[in-house]
Parts: sequence; C-alpha cells; structure tokens
Amino acid sequence: MRDTRRRLVNLAVQVTAALCAVAVLAPLVLISTDLLMKGFSSLNWAFFTQLPKPAGEVGGGMANAIVGTIVLIALACGLGLPVGVFAGVYLAEYGHGRLGWCIRFAADVLMGVPSIVVGIYAYTLVVLPMHGFSAYAGGFALGVIMLPIVTRTTEEMVKLVPGSLREAALALGVPMWRTVLWVVLRTARGGIITGIMLAIARVAGETAPLLFTAFGNQFWHHGLNGPISALPMQLYTYAISPFDDWHRQAWAGALVLMGLILLTSLSVRLLTRGGFRATL
Amino acid sequence: MDTIEQQAQRMNETPEIGAARPVPVARSRLRSSGTVPRTNLGDRAFRALVCAFGVAIVAVLASILLVLIVESWDSIRTFGLSFLISSTWDPVFKQFGALPFIYGTVVASLLALLQAVPLGVGTAVFLTEIAPGWLRTPVSFLVEFLAAIPSVVYGLWGVFVLVPWERTYIQPLLASLFGFLPLFQGPKYGIGLLTASMLLAIMVVPYITSVTHEVLRAVPSAQREAALALGATKWEMLRIAVLPYGRTGIIGAVMLGLGRAIGETMAVTMVIGNRGQISASLFAPSNTMASVIANEFSEATYDLYVHALVEIGLVLLLVTLIINALARLLVWSVAGPAGGARRA
Repeated sequence: MRDTRRRLVNLAVQVTAALCAVAVLAPLVLISTDLLMKGFSSLNWAFFTQLPKPAGEVGGGMANAIVGTIVLIALACGLGLPVGVFAGVYLAEYGHGRLGWCIRFAADVLMGVPSIVVGIYAYTLVVLPMHGFSAYAGGFALGVIMLPIVTRTTEEMVKLVPGSLREAALALGVPMWRTVLWVVLRTARGGIITGIMLAIARVAGETAPLLFTAFGNQFWHHGLNGPISALPMQLYTYAISPFDDWHRQAWAGALVLMGLILLTSLSVRLLTRGGFRATL
Repeated sequence: MDTIEQQAQRMNETPEIGAARPVPVARSRLRSSGTVPRTNLGDRAFRALVCAFGVAIVAVLASILLVLIVESWDSIRTFGLSFLISSTWDPVFKQFGALPFIYGTVVASLLALLQAVPLGVGTAVFLTEIAPGWLRTPVSFLVEFLAAIPSVVYGLWGVFVLVPWERTYIQPLLASLFGFLPLFQGPKYGIGLLTASMLLAIMVVPYITSVTHEVLRAVPSAQREAALALGATKWEMLRIAVLPYGRTGIIGAVMLGLGRAIGETMAVTMVIGNRGQISASLFAPSNTMASVIANEFSEATYDLYVHALVEIGLVLLLVTLIINALARLLVWSVAGPAGGARRA
C-alpha cells in the first residue's frame, strides 16, 4: 500500500518536472513562430538597402541601423577584447591570490550590473565631456558590458591548457611571458574566440545602454563623433510607434537581429569544433 | 550556450592530458613568487601588464559606483531620504520621489520570481535527474537559447502578442476567479504590472534553470547512490539527498534571477504602461526604476531632473550589486568560482 503511494508521488513529481520543462520551452516556440511568420513576410530587399522613410510613410528600410550595429560592435571590441583577454590571462596564470579573487568577483558582479546603469555611466564619462551623443559613447557602453564576459571565458579556456605544455616551453628556456603569448594563448585560441563571439552576440541585442549614448539616427551617421543608429534601438522606436508599416518593419528587424545573433553563435560552434581539437 | 563546456569536455578527453585537473602542482610551484628568483625583466613586465588589465575591471566597477554618486549628489543633497519614501514625481514642480518606481520594480520582480522559480528549478531537476540522456543536450541548448534572445525582441513580442492575450483571455479570467481581491480589479488594458512580470518570468527562467542545473550537477553522485541504496525513489532521493545539498546554490541561482529581473529594462518599458502611480491592482499600468530612466533620461530638460534620474540609477545599482554579490558567494560556495559564472 505504502509503496504504491510512494511510487505514485514519485511519478507525479517526475511528470511535474517534465511539464516545467515544457512550460519553459513553450514561449521559445511561440516567439520563434511569430518571429518567423511576421518577420519573413515583412522582409524585403529595401529593408537591407534603404534608409528609414519619414514617420507615416510606407516603405524604406534599416540599412543605416544594420551598419550602425556593426560599427558599434567593432568599437566595443576595441575596448572589451584587449582588456578582457589579458585580464582573463592574469586570472588564469597569476590569479591564485587575494587580488585574483577580487578581480574574479568584480567581473562577476559587473556582469550583473543593469545595462541601463552602464548607459548612464557612459553618458557621464563620454557624452557629457564630448558635448554630444556619439558612436564612441555607444561603443564604450557596449565594451563595458562585454568586458566581464570575455574575461571569465578567457580565464576558463586558458586554465584548460595543460600544464605540461607550459612546462615544456619553460624547460626549453622560453621565458614565461613568451610561453603565455605563443604557447598558451595559441592553444586556447579556439575557446577564446568562442567566448568573444558569445559576448558579441550578447551585446548585439543591447538597447538600453544605447538610448542616451549612441542615441539613434534616421540617416547615415557622419563619422563616429555623432549619433548613430543601431538595429535594436530602431526596432524599439518602431515597435512603440503608432504606424502599421513601422510595426511590420520592427518584426523584420527582430528577425534580422535574431538571425545575426544565431549566425554568430552557430558559426563559432561549427568553426571551432574541428579546429580546437587539432591545435591540441 | 554549451560550446565552451563541450570543448572543455573534449579537451579533457584528449589522451595527452590524462588527469582532467589542469592545474598541476608543478606549474604553480614554478610560478610561486618566493622560491624562484624572478630575474627575467620581460616576465615581470608582462605580469605587471596583465595585472593592470585585471585591476582595470575592479576599477571599472568602482568607477561606475563613483560616477553615479557624483552625478546624483545634487539630488541626494536636495531630497535626502525623502527621495526614497515620497511618491510625488513631478518634473514640472521639481519634486522627485522614487517610491512608485521602487514599488513597481519590487512587485514586478517578485511576481516574476513567483512564476519563474518553480518552473526553473523543475526544469533543472528534469535536466539533471529525470530526462533521458539523449534529451538533455537539446533541452539545455534550447533553454540557453532563450537567454540569447535580446530584451527588445521579447518586448516586441510582448507588445504585439502577449498584451492582446492578457487583455482578452488572462486578465478577464483572473478577474472572474479572484475579482474579489483588489489585486485583480480595475480596467484591463493588457499592459501593466502583471504582463510585465510574466514577460520578466520568461526572461529570467533560463538563468535560474542553467545555474540550478550546474549546482545540481555539482552534487556528488555518492549522495544520490547512498539514497538510492537505502531504497529511496527518485523523488525521495531528491528530497533527502540532492536538494538539501544544493540548497544554498539554488538560493543563489534565484537571487541571480532576481538581479536580472530588477535591472531588466527594454521589455519591461515596452509593456508596463509607464505610469508612475502606486495602485493596488496588478492590471494597472506602472513604472519600474529601469523603465523610468529609459523613458525620461533623454527628455530631462534641467540638471536636477537628470540628477534625480541618475539617483534612481544609483539605487538600482546598489540593489543589484548587493543581490549579485550575495548570489555569487552562494553559488561559489557550492559549485566553485567557475560555477554559474559564464552562464549568468
């Protein structure tokens, strides 16, 4: 009798857990179908090649926003990659002490700082002194968001490089710094690139920190010192606008953005799959 | 995404490495500061250089805090503590009290956790203990994919799909079932606290799931085997051996989710209705700390207005800093410093 009850409870718990998984994945299915259906039907050539039309007019595209996103990501990489990769190297190679603990902790906490706060930070540090919204400010904000992600993945990948490789290099009389740069980093290259691409995929969709740094622009940007548009920001403007044609384009923009993000993470997966093992 | 982890596994499987622990004693001895005299200038310079980059991260975190304090000092001095307890937010008369936004943030985040925690923990349990092996990788991949969707895309979906649903199905249903409670009274716009919290729940579930997943995986299998050897069913094993062992880590995972929910901006801004008033009803439009900054920062016309918004940012930062610091320590205590780090 008791055993039947125990078995029933056990079964019920397992079924509930499975239902939880279904419930968690259900929104993914719903969002993907909406995105594909509404996005594909609104996607056309003009979307990729034309500038936005004035409010209320039908047609136009988001060419400037697509370029803007790429420019902003490049700027963010300029800040986030060197600092992040070398900080990760420090954590993996020298970060056993208290300072290492502090940096690791700071990086993890920095990951949890709301992106809108990073926006205020960039506004104060870059926009105010430069007297205007700029691509630099937007890139700076995105770079700060990338930083901890790149650091922690680099650290993990460098730690995975077997100690025997370092010892072999050191035994040949190679100084530590060259060992790290030429042996360790080369070995971990695939993994580090994966981490970088994941960080790029993450910041590509960021909107909040750009609202008052890059600010957005309905035209092509003039140099990096002025306001610049970005895909997620354009998407936001269009989604909350009252115009049907802009809503249509917002769905198209969302599909393109998701495609970009998916492409980034998937291509890295495929590219590093073969290469990483080969380098070892 | 799973990529790094899979690579890690693959590296560990490579025969040359043998032992999976990649920090052998010999290496740390080689680098230990006292025993081997450091004569190589290049080494010292390199170490100083990478150390400087590491310290830069601490500096960025510290300077974020500092910049926000300096920028909001004007507002802190003018309003003092009443900033946090006054509910008047009136830019025209230069009166700023952040209580409605604090209220909105707290209610929306807690409601979101109420929905996300059972689902997230259940899914993590499913992934570690119940799902057949072939199902684990695809399910955890899809969960991670949910975390990769940008906030603004969730917002777009929220505005055009979730809000109409709320208006026509969910809110009328709740009102007819629990309409006697003030929580479920009032006009059903579709936008508002309830909708925002549901969207937030969808967004934080992947974080709670993947960190809990990692924590549960860190539970030694001897614990499970001991319970099973005593004749426990799977549920009893979970209850007496797995969940108590991972409890601290799971609490950490929930707090990481809370930190996410509190700081989430775009999706919330798009569906919450942006009205800075405290209302008993969950159907009512509201505003969170993050959404008021997103909405008003570029329209703030005079300095004090900007400083007041920055002070809201400061409050937001302090709350998330505390929550995240606690959460990290909890997760680290179970899964080690790598636990949950790259996933959340």
